[in-house]
Amino acid sequence: MKLKSLLLTSLALALATGATAKTIELLNVSYDPTREFYVEYNKVFAAYWKAKTGDEVIVKQSHGGSGKQARAVVDGLQADVVTLALAADVDALYANAKLVPEGWQKRLPNNSAPYTSTIVFLVRKGNPKGIKDWDDLVKPGVSVITPNPKTSGGARWNYLGAWGYALRKYGSEAAAQEFVGKLYKNVPVLDSGARGSTTTFVQREIGDVAISWENEAYLVLKEFGADKFEIVVPSVSVLAEPTVSVVDKVARKKGTEAVAKAYLDYLYSNEGQNVAARNFYRPRNAAVAVKYAANFAKLDLFTVDEVFGGWTKAQKTHFADGGVFDQIYSK
Amino acid sequence: MSSVRAPRSILPGFGLSLGFTLTYLSLIVLIPLAAAFIKTAGMSWADFVSAVASPRVLASYRLSFGASLAAGLVNAAFGLLVAWVLVRYSFPGRRVVDALVDLPFALPTAVAGIALTAIYAKNGWVGQWLEPAGIKVAYTQLGVFVALTFIGLPFVVRTLQPVLQELEPELEEASACLGANRWQTITRVILPELLPALLTGFALAFARALGEYGSVVFISGNMPMRTEITPLLIMTKLEQYDYHGATAIAVVLLIASFSTLLLINLLQKWSRRFHRV
Repeated sequence: MKLKSLLLTSLALALATGATAKTIELLNVSYDPTREFYVEYNKVFAAYWKAKTGDEVIVKQSHGGSGKQARAVVDGLQADVVTLALAADVDALYANAKLVPEGWQKRLPNNSAPYTSTIVFLVRKGNPKGIKDWDDLVKPGVSVITPNPKTSGGARWNYLGAWGYALRKYGSEAAAQEFVGKLYKNVPVLDSGARGSTTTFVQREIGDVAISWENEAYLVLKEFGADKFEIVVPSVSVLAEPTVSVVDKVARKKGTEAVAKAYLDYLYSNEGQNVAARNFYRPRNAAVAVKYAANFAKLDLFTVDEVFGGWTKAQKTHFADGGVFDQIYSK
Repeated sequence: MSSVRAPRSILPGFGLSLGFTLTYLSLIVLIPLAAAFIKTAGMSWADFVSAVASPRVLASYRLSFGASLAAGLVNAAFGLLVAWVLVRYSFPGRRVVDALVDLPFALPTAVAGIALTAIYAKNGWVGQWLEPAGIKVAYTQLGVFVALTFIGLPFVVRTLQPVLQELEPELEEASACLGANRWQTITRVILPELLPALLTGFALAFARALGEYGSVVFISGNMPMRTEITPLLIMTKLEQYDYHGATAIAVVLLIASFSTLLLINLLQKWSRRFHRV
């Protein structure tokens, strides 16, 4: 009886709303530490879209190491949009399966990076090893947690942050390579994604310092208590620009192009920027940035374009098989 | 077809059942494996060698084969003991212990991996006692060995149990009556009977350990050259869109497993013939 009435009600509802509004499902394939941000953003966007068109939007989320997620999409995961850790992973969608057009990055403002972040250090309360800057990470006896740059986007930013710092301080590529090599000598565990590294550092209590996304570090303080961990901001770090794109081929097939595009556009709106800032991503919008200025430490940020000549080049030089990262480990 | 076979079976249907077996094996086993070989066949010889013989991959073979072998041997020894106790003695809670043996079969490997890591990490139940003694398990090669031992145990116990049940205690009594001492009874009477089953159990545990991924990646720490197992390298290659490289390593692993199993089968046949009374 109960089931029957339930069925009738839902049928009635469907009839009542079916004529005008429909339910649209989107799949947002993202990287590890964006879980909490997109949970909140999806609600905000669904409300906005409902008010605008009357349609329900249900956005499903998938998270994991950025490189791994990109491969899943290349292999056929039906993502309408991707919101990945770095441009190189979206490039992979073009290079391996032509799922996005070549010039995808020029379609949205700020090179398709609606929010930014940077790389900071997470240490245990009281900072027992006295970590202040990148230099302290290569000292003997300091145990550093960072994920595997081969599979994790965040790890690649970590690596480039260290490299950029060393390049600036010691002035040569060779010195930078030596510096980064020393740093990885201090790494006892290479997890496949940023969230895995956080777990290793926080729950398994391995390591003295975790190199981490700024937003992930703040999230740790929020979830596990500021009485257990501290954030250390280095003097110099990399401006991390997580990029977003509609996956054209999939969205076209599913007929979700319009809503998928709106989903990304709305990230740049006042609302979207506020949600990002609340979740510890640095907003692009100047007004929102001023509002949340107190939350984000001021530090010297360099971009990948400035120091490494863009992601495609950085990827090839450092992270491809036989690249600099492999050389560090084969010595 | 059945008429070709000289000794006629009581039950008919050889042709039909063999046909079905071949089709089934092809669909389930051969075709997916052949795909790996075909994919690899697209590589040049130099590419193949550089994919399967780079230092990092070689280090992973050493770890994977070494740890699997060690885990297989340990399981063979202790699995024999467990099986013996479960068959030969009756004690309160025997059924529960018997059921426990199967747990590694039933548990999703990722759960096993996370549980083992949590226990053996330096703040875990076991790890907190081992760490001060200078023994690190989680995130070392020892951790890989522990995980592989865990998943391999049921293979040895379950292959030995039915054989042990067949082996009546009277056999030992007879051996004693004929003047054999305990050591002789074990080495001359019991072990030869158990050897084929023990080899099968060992081979199964070893082969399973070689391919194990889920439980190991959590506890190994995944450090290049040190704690990377071969299946992890296959995954890493896939994640870099290097499908050829990944299948090439898979093919090497496959050939190695197959030849090990074949070798053990031959060994088993030999040991059986040797001791048939």
